[in-house]
Amino acid sequence: MRKLMLGNEAVARGAYEAGVTVAAAYPGTPSTEITEYIAKYDEIYSEWSPNEKVSMEVAIGASIAGARAICSMKHVGLNVAADPLFTVSYTGVNGGLVIMVADDPGMHSSQNEQDSRFYARSSKVPMLEPSDSQECKDFVKEAFEISEKFDCPVIVRLTTRIAHSQSVVELGEKVDFTLKEYKKNFEKYVMMPAMARKRHVEVERRMAELRDFSNNTSLNRIEWGSKDVGIITSGIAYQYAREAFGDASYLKIGMVHPIPEKLIADFAKEIKTLYVIEELEPFIENQIKKMGIKVIGKELLPVIGEFSSQLIKEKILNVKTEIKVPINEIVPVRPPVMCPGCPHRGLYHVLKKLKLVVSGDIGCYTLGALPPAESMDTCICMGASVSGAHGMEKARGKDFAKKTVAVIGDSTFMHSGITGLIDIVYNKGVSTTIILDNSITGMTGHQHNPTTGYTIKGEPTRKVDMVKLAHAVGVERVRVEDPFDIKAFEKAVKEEIEAEEPSVIIALRPCALLKGVSYEGAQVIRKDRCKMCKLCLSIGCPAIVDKGDCIEINEALCIGCKLCSRLCNFNAIEKAGV
Amino acid sequence: MEKLNIMIVGVGGQGTLLASKVLGNVALKMGYDVKASEVHGMAQRGGSVVTYVKFGKKVYSPLIEKGEADLILGFEQLESLRWIEYLKEGGRMLINEQKINPMPVIIGKAKYPENIIEKIKDNYSNIITIDALKIARECGNIKTVNIVLLGLMAKSIDINKDVWIEVIKETVPQKLLEINLKAFEMGYNY
Ligand SMILES: Cc1ncc(C[n+]2csc(CCOP(=O)(O)OP(=O)(O)O)c2C)c(N)n1
Repeated sequence: MRKLMLGNEAVARGAYEAGVTVAAAYPGTPSTEITEYIAKYDEIYSEWSPNEKVSMEVAIGASIAGARAICSMKHVGLNVAADPLFTVSYTGVNGGLVIMVADDPGMHSSQNEQDSRFYARSSKVPMLEPSDSQECKDFVKEAFEISEKFDCPVIVRLTTRIAHSQSVVELGEKVDFTLKEYKKNFEKYVMMPAMARKRHVEVERRMAELRDFSNNTSLNRIEWGSKDVGIITSGIAYQYAREAFGDASYLKIGMVHPIPEKLIADFAKEIKTLYVIEELEPFIENQIKKMGIKVIGKELLPVIGEFSSQLIKEKILNVKTEIKVPINEIVPVRPPVMCPGCPHRGLYHVLKKLKLVVSGDIGCYTLGALPPAESMDTCICMGASVSGAHGMEKARGKDFAKKTVAVIGDSTFMHSGITGLIDIVYNKGVSTTIILDNSITGMTGHQHNPTTGYTIKGEPTRKVDMVKLAHAVGVERVRVEDPFDIKAFEKAVKEEIEAEEPSVIIALRPCALLKGVSYEGAQVIRKDRCKMCKLCLSIGCPAIVDKGDCIEINEALCIGCKLCSRLCNFNAIEKAGV
Repeated sequence: MEKLNIMIVGVGGQGTLLASKVLGNVALKMGYDVKASEVHGMAQRGGSVVTYVKFGKKVYSPLIEKGEADLILGFEQLESLRWIEYLKEGGRMLINEQKINPMPVIIGKAKYPENIIEKIKDNYSNIITIDALKIARECGNIKTVNIVLLGLMAKSIDINKDVWIEVIKETVPQKLLEINLKAFEMGYNY
């Protein structure tokens, strides 16, 4: 059967067909849907783990116990999981172990543009890179074979355009995979110096074998055409190159680590002018240059952002597409915004008013850095808000802490905020942490997390009580407030920043898009009462429109959260049709 | 059909993804090679979103680039203007008359351009506009805007209507099927 599938969905299908029975992940664009699709297979135990390191360790445990296991994350997630990665490379596996990582060239939804291929190289783990959905499925299956044959984890790397593009996939049968026997083997699985030294020798022997394998596997293939121009490429860049060059010869690399050196040398011999076309870093290119082969790559192509076939044509073939738009208008940008009804909007109204320094974090609430709130001062990585605020206090003293708060989402707090909070308590800090509990992992599209009370499959489960958790690590001042009750919320923030001890405010109100959250529906502005003070516009709700001579509410967007009517001093906002 | 490049542009949350999903599956049913590229994540939160759908005998890149689109379906006026340079010469654009202010306009830092539709019509020959919100309201549910627009788009593509209806039946949940089919018809017969 042929099916149109997202790259991520095809990865899930590949895992299913390979007989995977354990899957763990922490969400992160563009990798999230892999595990959402996996969760639909009843045959596979799947979970949202609190963070990527945990998800990888779960998969490692499952592999050692004999199952085929998979874990998935975005590129920055692999930083979090790097610790187990480097050592599972030494121990190797029992059941096949595949690590999915999705890079984000162009940073559609990320805080940096790192190239994960370097992780494969420095951890000495093989890496595959598919170039469409069919290959997503096929390569994942092949990755499990490689993992078991060479006794190592295998990383499969996607980029946004592979993960989030749909293309046609021929579905296959599920293989019969039976749990491998579990045998205690401390020489292999207990990585103390004496054992690790022996395993490192194994790793180097394995890499030599994998280098041979790379020259012979069908994952790497030559498509002969005109030999005047030869292209060495992989992943999505292959598709762009095919479109840009048409008739040329292509060496398409599916195994990007280790690269097929002999195949490359043989290919290069036949070709007049040789290019390497790869997004981000010159990962393949530098290795080829080191072999003494002349290739052109990053001399012409950028290391920043995504490619496209027009970009390749322009940079290499000097063909520029120029389109003239005859309409002379400035088109305002449309950055993402907090949704109508977003509980974070109430929080930022207060933080802005109090002019606080906000040590920020990652999630929908990061939008509070943009106008009109413009309230967030920093955003580095998940968890950095809490520890960062503590560092600010240690640099500038307690008075500075009285003007500072850390803001962090519920999912992010579970991911890596709790360790920062422990640090504040342990090291005599006084910082205030505001946990934005909107009852879901919002930014990545509504995934459950340890605070929501449901598993990835929607089954009810125990939930972490953040009030008790904060008390348990030693925070005595813990309170729960509603961010839409602006007066009470403001009072709470003022009191907690004043207090010379660690404090936590849990801003509790669910995401407006969650199922079961319902407000009363669209509001209207009563023109007879409106004084055009424009206070309602200051909260930056996309449903409130300044018409010049009056203010209107867009009924298609407004859900009736009434944050604006709570703010209005003239009672001018009420339910439509009253 | 040798090859068709279609773009669906709009504002995150307007339901562009469903429209592209149906379109992609219609092309698949017709036996074409299909690629579609979507935006998930951050930009979904009320940002500018674009989906590319390409089909034909063989498709390599999932992206449509400037000057390459045969057809652009714009869910919103400003977004239609933003992406118009992607239209091929003589290509068709379908524009929903709805306006949604972006944040720079909301906070008074930028102006929403005036008379976008007139300006586009003055300079391009193959433009169709529609008040899909009004039609969706008449249809009984303003959430069917995307299906009304899908119907309008289907009319511009040389593929039998039955195939579209078949795919909608496979895509839309049963309890919403009737209203969605009605919305599709209203867009198709616009
Ligand atoms: C290490 C890492 N993993 C994953 C992500 C992707 N990501 C960014 S924010 C976020 C979760 C946001 O959820 P929450 O903290 O609950 O805030 P909300 O979006 O609901 O406001 C995720 C998964 C990331 N940026 N970094």
